[in-house]
Amino acid sequence: MEDFSEYYSPLVLKHVSKPQNMGKIKNPDGVAMVGNPVCGDIMKYYIKVENKKGTLYIKDIKFQTLGCGAAIATSSILTTLVKGKSLNEALKVTKGTIVKVLGGLPTAKIHCSVLADECFNLAVKNYKQKLKTKRQRK
Amino acid sequence: MKTIYFDNAATTPVDKKVIKEMSPFFNIRYGNSSEYHSLGLDSKAAIEASRRKIANFLGCKPSEIIFTSSATESINLSHKGLIENILEEFKGLKLKPHIITTQIEHKAVLETCRHLEKLDWAEVTYLPVDTHGLIKLSTLKKMIRENTVLVSIMYVNNEVGTIEPVSDIGKLIKKENLKRKHKILFHTDATQAVQYLDCKVNKLGVDFLSLTGHKIYAPKGIGALFVRKGISLIRQIDGGAQENGLRSSTENVPYIVALGAAIEQIKKQKSRANVKKNRDFLIKQVLQIPGVILTGHPKSRAPHIASFIIKGIEGESVVLRLSEEGIYASSGSACTSASLEPSHVLTAMGFIPEESHGSIRLSLGKNSTKSEVLFLMSKLPKIIEDLRKMSPLN
Repeated sequence: MEDFSEYYSPLVLKHVSKPQNMGKIKNPDGVAMVGNPVCGDIMKYYIKVENKKGTLYIKDIKFQTLGCGAAIATSSILTTLVKGKSLNEALKVTKGTIVKVLGGLPTAKIHCSVLADECFNLAVKNYKQKLKTKRQRK
Repeated sequence: MKTIYFDNAATTPVDKKVIKEMSPFFNIRYGNSSEYHSLGLDSKAAIEASRRKIANFLGCKPSEIIFTSSATESINLSHKGLIENILEEFKGLKLKPHIITTQIEHKAVLETCRHLEKLDWAEVTYLPVDTHGLIKLSTLKKMIRENTVLVSIMYVNNEVGTIEPVSDIGKLIKKENLKRKHKILFHTDATQAVQYLDCKVNKLGVDFLSLTGHKIYAPKGIGALFVRKGISLIRQIDGGAQENGLRSSTENVPYIVALGAAIEQIKKQKSRANVKKNRDFLIKQVLQIPGVILTGHPKSRAPHIASFIIKGIEGESVVLRLSEEGIYASSGSACTSASLEPSHVLTAMGFIPEESHGSIRLSLGKNSTKSEVLFLMSKLPKIIEDLRKMSPLN
């Protein structure tokens, strides 16, 4: 048996009801939007990155999501898992971590965790690219 | 917490009077109706009394009613049983039986038809519908072929509530049959119609009618099939030859009694007009929210179903937020189904996936009130506003 149920866990429902870190960041250091045209879920992450003594940290993160309960919950919980973490630690959060922390997801909804993971990684990539361009300009 | 149930098209609570009537058949009047002792005969009598009630409601003979476990089973029995029965004869004629149905049927019909296609037992035409979900009689007429044996069209669509012109279809088929060697039989899935619409089989001109108990205040797990006299079917469940040999398995007496009791209650109900009044009020109120459109036919719709597309959000998230407030509704959106595809009904009606994702259905029951609609309206606009704010596209 897989460890996800066919129903939404209480934690999933909690995040749907009270999403964490929902909204936009003005002048974000990194931003990314992904979407699944089949299911119709669209997610967007905004990140602020801070350099503390040579280590990069996720100083702030916000999300916006158009989608089902699982899409909202996965994008919301990811923000709580990466906020305040070093970039390296934050990137270790996988779709598996998201599903596990949420207490499981219905099989048909697993793709939402993939989406959240992918979107966050792209936001970090976007930050790194911006950094590179900035350095090149210098 | 105060709860409001606006999902009566999904299922209804069991009526108290129905529970009262069925209860003795669990542990007092529990005989097996195949036995000749008085306990068995008592069960037999109860089954036949229920059958008479249903026959009376449908305007048919009791012998034309078969009890099943659900509308799904009724549909499987009528469609598969009919095709299996004529298969040999058609093979001899080098013909393959042809079924005409619609693109907006319940999965019970669509999957049964697909099964028959897969077995290579039948070819199936899936009729398109217009933006309101209505089929066109002229299109149906054009699709009829020499080998057409069955037309299966639902009475009321479960997602959007549109009423199909069943009696007109019945008339058309009757007319066509006058000049045909192989008669076309007509099935309707009346699941969403029984509680509120006229289901007299001769008025409708149907040869088969499927219905279920749990949409009419009887329990889940009981249904019936009307099969017009003279039609032969091959049974789909083999065994002890109950239900005239067409549906083996010891009769579920309490549930059969419940179905009859629930049908009796329909005849007594005075609330039909009231349901429509409250539903119309609900539609009017919800349509005042910006970016909301009504789906289904504006007039030709069952009195209990209201269905909408809410632009810019996903239906499931609305359902979850409403549930938090104690309001139970349904969403036909992609993510509620395992397939992740947008609703086949809305797609057939011409809606693009982005629109279909925002679908929501509110279905009233015989006890729904105007104050419940007002309570819904005290929550829904805010929920929609919040969810729209959450979207990256806004």
